[in-house]
Parts: sequence; C-alpha cells; structure tokens
Amino acid sequence: MTRVMAQLAMVMNLDKCIGCHTCSVTCKQAWTNRTGTEYVWFNNVETRPGQGYPRTYEDQDKWKGGWELNRRGRLRLKAGGRLRKLLTIFANPLLPSIGDYYEPWTYDYDRLFSAPVTGDTPVARPRSLITGEPMKITWSANWDDDLAGAPELAPADPVLRKVSDQVKLEFERAFMFYLPRICEHCLNPSCVASCPSGAMYKRSEDGIVLVDQDRCRGWRMCVTGCPYKKVYFNHRTGKAEKCTFCYPRAEVGIPTVCSETCVGRLRYIGLILYDADRVADAASTPDEKALFEAQKSVMLDPRDPEVIAEARASGIPEDWLEAARNSPVYKLIFDYGVALPLHPEYRTMPMVWYIPPLSPVVDVLRDTGHDGERAGNLFGAIDALRIPIGYLAELFSAGDPEPVRAALRRLAAMRSYMRGINLAGERDESIPASVGLGGDQVEEMYRLLAVAPYDERYVIPKAHAEQGARLEELATGCSLDYEGGPAMGGPFGEASGPPAPVAVENFHEQKERQATGDLGRADELRGRVNLLNWDGKGIPDGLFPKRKDKS
Amino acid sequence: MSALDVTLWVIAPYVALTVFILGHAWRYRYDKFGWTTRSSQLYESRLLRIGSPLFHFGVLAVALGHVGGLVIPKTWTEAVGVSEHAYHLAAVVLGTVAGVCTVAGLAILIYRRRTVGPVFTATTRNDKLMYALLALTIMLGLAATVMANIVGGGYDYRTTISPWFRSVFYLQTEGQLMATAPILFKLHVLSAMVLFAVWPFTRLVHLLTAPVGYLTRPYVVYRSRDDRAGSRPPRRGWEPAGRT
Repeated sequence: MTRVMAQLAMVMNLDKCIGCHTCSVTCKQAWTNRTGTEYVWFNNVETRPGQGYPRTYEDQDKWKGGWELNRRGRLRLKAGGRLRKLLTIFANPLLPSIGDYYEPWTYDYDRLFSAPVTGDTPVARPRSLITGEPMKITWSANWDDDLAGAPELAPADPVLRKVSDQVKLEFERAFMFYLPRICEHCLNPSCVASCPSGAMYKRSEDGIVLVDQDRCRGWRMCVTGCPYKKVYFNHRTGKAEKCTFCYPRAEVGIPTVCSETCVGRLRYIGLILYDADRVADAASTPDEKALFEAQKSVMLDPRDPEVIAEARASGIPEDWLEAARNSPVYKLIFDYGVALPLHPEYRTMPMVWYIPPLSPVVDVLRDTGHDGERAGNLFGAIDALRIPIGYLAELFSAGDPEPVRAALRRLAAMRSYMRGINLAGERDESIPASVGLGGDQVEEMYRLLAVAPYDERYVIPKAHAEQGARLEELATGCSLDYEGGPAMGGPFGEASGPPAPVAVENFHEQKERQATGDLGRADELRGRVNLLNWDGKGIPDGLFPKRKDKS
Repeated sequence: MSALDVTLWVIAPYVALTVFILGHAWRYRYDKFGWTTRSSQLYESRLLRIGSPLFHFGVLAVALGHVGGLVIPKTWTEAVGVSEHAYHLAAVVLGTVAGVCTVAGLAILIYRRRTVGPVFTATTRNDKLMYALLALTIMLGLAATVMANIVGGGYDYRTTISPWFRSVFYLQTEGQLMATAPILFKLHVLSAMVLFAVWPFTRLVHLLTAPVGYLTRPYVVYRSRDDRAGSRPPRRGWEPAGRT
C-alpha cells in the first residue's frame, strides 16, 4: 500500500526564455512590493553563466544548503543537525547578509521638483531603503544580466568553477542562456526540515510549501536550509517569506502570476502523483548522479490503474486524478523525456523542472557556418560541444552529461523532423526513431512546446467545492462575528493583531458605497499616485480616497 | 512591616505575575503575527555573532543560577552535603563568569544597536524601554552580588530573599523577609518585577516559544489545507460537509 500524494509542479522551457524579467516584475508587484521585502524576489531570472541571486548561492561548501548523507548513509541537513541548529540559533553563522543580496534603494525624486534653479539639471540621487542615506549602487538582483561584467564576475559562478578544468571561458565563443527561478516546492524540503518552530509546512493536498506567518518566530534557519536561497527574511516584520506558488490562484484553477504573464509562454503547470513514503529513500541514493532517476522513480504513472486505485484510497478526488492524467509536466518528464530537475544533488527533490536550452548549440553551429537545423549536424554538435553540455549537466543532473545529452538530442530531433514536414513536406521517421520516439510523439511534443493553448499548458485542478464555504468566509455566519471585531490594526501598530477577514473588508466597502449620498467621491479617486515611486513608507496623498467628515 | 513594604513585597509581585501571565495569553491570542524575535542579523552580523551568543548563553546560565539560588531551599543543598561556604564559592564564581558574559554581550548588542545605522533605524521605542529595563535589572543584580560578596563580607540571600520568593508561590507571602534585604538586592528585585510586567508586550516574548520541540518532531511537516482555511475556525454546527 503506497501513500499517494499530489504535487503541483512546473516545467520551464529554457529555449523560449528571452530574459525579459516580466515574470519577476509581475511577481514582485503581486507579492513583494512592501517595505521589508524590497530585496525579495520570489521569482528571479539569472543569466548563465553568472553568480545568481543571491551571489554564488549554489556554492554549498559555503552556504551549506540542502541535505547530505552522513556516514551511515542517512539524510542529514548539510548545515548541521537539530542540536547544532538550536545552538547556533542566536546568531546563524550561515545566513547571507543583505550585501550578498543587494542593498535596496529608491531615488530622491522630490529633488527633481524642489531643486533651486541652477545651470545644471537636477539629479534624483539614489537613497538606501535600509539606512535612508544616499548610497552608491554597486549590485542588484540581476547586476550581471546578459553577461554584464562577465570577465570579472562570471568566473565566480559556482557551476562554472566545477567545469572549469574541462573548459576555459572563451568569450569569443561565449554561450549564455537565462534561468528563471522560483521556489522548487521540493518533495523533501530542507527549509521545512530546518524550521525550528515548525512554521513551515508542505500542504498535503497540492504539495505547495508555505510559511505560517502566525507561527514563524524569525529564527532564520530556513534561509540557510534552502539550497536555492528561495526563502527570504522580511526585515520589517521579522518573518520568513517565500514563493507561494500563487496558491490563491491555483486553488481556483488559474496559473501563477509568473506563468500567466510569461511573454515566451515557456512555463507549464500540472499535477504529479508521487509515493510519499519512498521520498526519503530516494533522496538517500548514495550516487549523486543517480538522484535524477531516483526522483523519477518516486513519481507515479497517473494512467496506471493500480496507481489510480491507490490514489483513490489515499483520498485524492476524481477531478485531480483526471488533471494528473492530462498533466503537461508528466508528459514532458516521462513521455517526451526532455525535462530535468535543477540541482538534484541537493537531495531536496525539487519540483520545478527545466527543459535544457538547445539554442547555445544551434548558435555555435550557425556561427561556424553549418546548418544549425539539420539532425546530423545537431547530433554531432551535441556530442562534440563540451562547454554547454558540461555546464548544463552541472545544473540539471549533478554533472552526469547523459540525461542532458538525451534531452537535447530529442529537442534537436524535433527541430529537424518538424522542419522536414514544414519545408519539404516529408516525414523522415529515422530522426525520431534515433532518439527513441515515434513521429506522432514528436509532433505531439512539438505541439505542446510550440503552439499549445492556455488550458493545455496549465492543467490545474480547483480546490474542492465542498471546502468553498470555508474559503469564502462570508457564506457561513455573520462576517463581523470574529475575534476582535472590525479593527484597523492591532495594539502594536500596522499589521499586528489578527487579520481582518476579506469578507469584512468587502462588507464595509459595499456598505459605504450603498449608504453614501455623496456623488463627489469619484473626483477624489482621481488623485493619482505612481506606486513605482512609492518607497512603501507612510501614506502618500491620493493613495486612498479622503475620509469623509462625520458632519 | 510598613505600608510601603506590603505594597512592594506582597502586592507588587502578584501584580507583576498576573500581568506576565495574562499579558502572554492576551498577546498570543491577539498578536501572533507580532510574536517574533525581529532579528536584525540581515543588517549586520559581525558584531551580532560575538554579542548575541555571549549574551544569550550568559543570561541562560544566569537564569539557571537563579533557579538554583531561589527555588532550591538551603536545607536541601545542606542535606546533600553542600556547605554554605562551598555553595557560596560556586555561586559567586559561576555567577560572576555568567554575569560578565551577559553584561559583555549586552554591551556589544547595545553598542551595535546604537551605532549600526539600519539596526538603529529598526529600533522601536518599545525596544528602547525593554533594553533599558533589561540592562538595569542585570546591572543591579551584578552590582548587588559584587557589593555583597566581593566588597562586603557576603550576604546570604538564601535565608531572606529565597524564602520570600518561594512564599510568593505558596500564597503565604512573607514580605518582612524582603524588607530586611540590602538596598541593591531590593532594587534588583523591583526592576525585575517591572521587567516581567512589560515582558509580554516586548520582543522578549520569543523566550516563551523557544523551539525545543524541534528536537523531537519529524523533519518534514505536512499540513492539510483544511486545517486553517479561512482566518477563523468554523463555529459549532457550521463545519463543512464533504471529505471526511
């Protein structure tokens, strides 16, 4: 009897990422445009090779994120066991400082208006959002974007350092690609395991990893525990925050903000069924290079009648099973075999997977005067070019080039096969056969990767209707009848005290709209505030409509 | 006993205790989100890495010492063969080491809080009051020990202060015991009572949720969405039907 659990997972197709940062910006506007989270990017896009964000986070010899095996071959947190965690709780020696991220800033915009008349144009100087003092900007979340400063910065890339004995960084033949990153919502999350308070948890319905803001005490161990450095410390509230997989959206069946707004449509969201009891075993696989296959072995085939029966027995609803059968993520990992996990060697069993980029290979081919779309050329190049393969293998398969090579060969086969169909009208079945796929499979894969519509890229089952009454607080009982009653803030100022239910806020708003006899309010709303210029401190004029006098 | 003595040594302890207990209960109920250490390590960690462990381990040792001195009656230690002299020697030596660590740690932390820009900006008035009271209590305690033992001829608080402390919990408070104690001890006890009374309303609440449960819980925590959906529990009779 297996314990079947469902997990919302994501696949990103790196060939399609143009590095526009739209995902990062929309995510930030949705989740972290608040004081205390200025430096927090639940989603960020890194240029590879590059140091990443925070700087060199992949150097686990330094940061000690994730798991390792102890002498008896059992899983242990790399940063130390429970006792060690409690003994270093007063000053976590492995916490990145704000300098490892960057010092957030705003600009002194007022200066542009208030400067006295002089011969020079006034300048809005940068001001630190940490100290409030004028500062010099020397780093940011994507300072090395598009290989900026790469001759000095890229050699510090921890992934590049691992392959540097194979390859010198020759910038005449520089390759680069973009790596968008969110929280991996791991099956074996080391951040959850590191949390002394037990405030972090994995949701048993959909596997989303969350921080309970009411139970977090700010011990900061999760930041150390996460090898991807995707748990952040809100320096205003003193609590940890992380990517939520946009769970309020996922619960109603729509994709995350980063996926929804992705210009290249490179993200896929779907359900994976897995055997929860075998996760720890698989994560303790001794050989790092076997971890990729071990993780695949934990995931279950949603079309297998036995799995379906066991999933039903584990309480997974029918519509979720249906979604699992249609999951684009499952197809990309298993049917087409082109998706790979990010850093499986951290032993956290990450659930945001990537289709490695073929473009660096194609670019090199084209630059050397070859036809970059011909199957023979591509296959030859994939085998010959050690730079991209070695680097990608360090990212996606713990250094084993085989899975990366196999994925790239399939992508190359798809390119040539589809070009044959589109340009010459011929189906060269030997191309898909050489990578172990059928022609129809390759066409399906092409459809999913290139032209699939919204509801094929995002197959997200809704949270259950019978829970609706709880999710929508208005439905049962009087909405004002909660502890503390309607209040604007707790005894310790803004944001303290119990949260006001959304239903209460709606109630007051509607009541006011119905009861007001004043038609002039529409004008008041016209005072505009540019939220991009607002540093989050205080309430600028015009942010809210003016409060009406009682008279 | 004068009216003042009764107020200070019989009434005040109960006021402080009541506020301490009810304050925690109230804060836990109404301000779970504010219940945090509000760590400033992100801003500065070089000084913190020296000062914070020094202070915290020091103050934990001091707290243990207080348990030994106040809670365990003199008769018990004598029954197991620890003479007054031996007890005194151990208490003074260990107490001084722990006290010096605590004070040194606190000094580093206060220096850091005042001089490191971001840390000072993040300091609230509440924090300043807490720091003042905490420092005052610790300094008075150390001063009382030093004056009594090293400068003076020694003071056996286990015949006066300790029985008074225990009597508070027996609800048979013997205020006259405290009334005879040296002035520094009195001041130390008074400032400690004020500290305990403001404790639940400061960031010191993090002590009550020290994560000792971490040692025994399973590593990965699973939680069902059903546990906490909505921001309040359903009322009786309104539990949702459906999956059981």
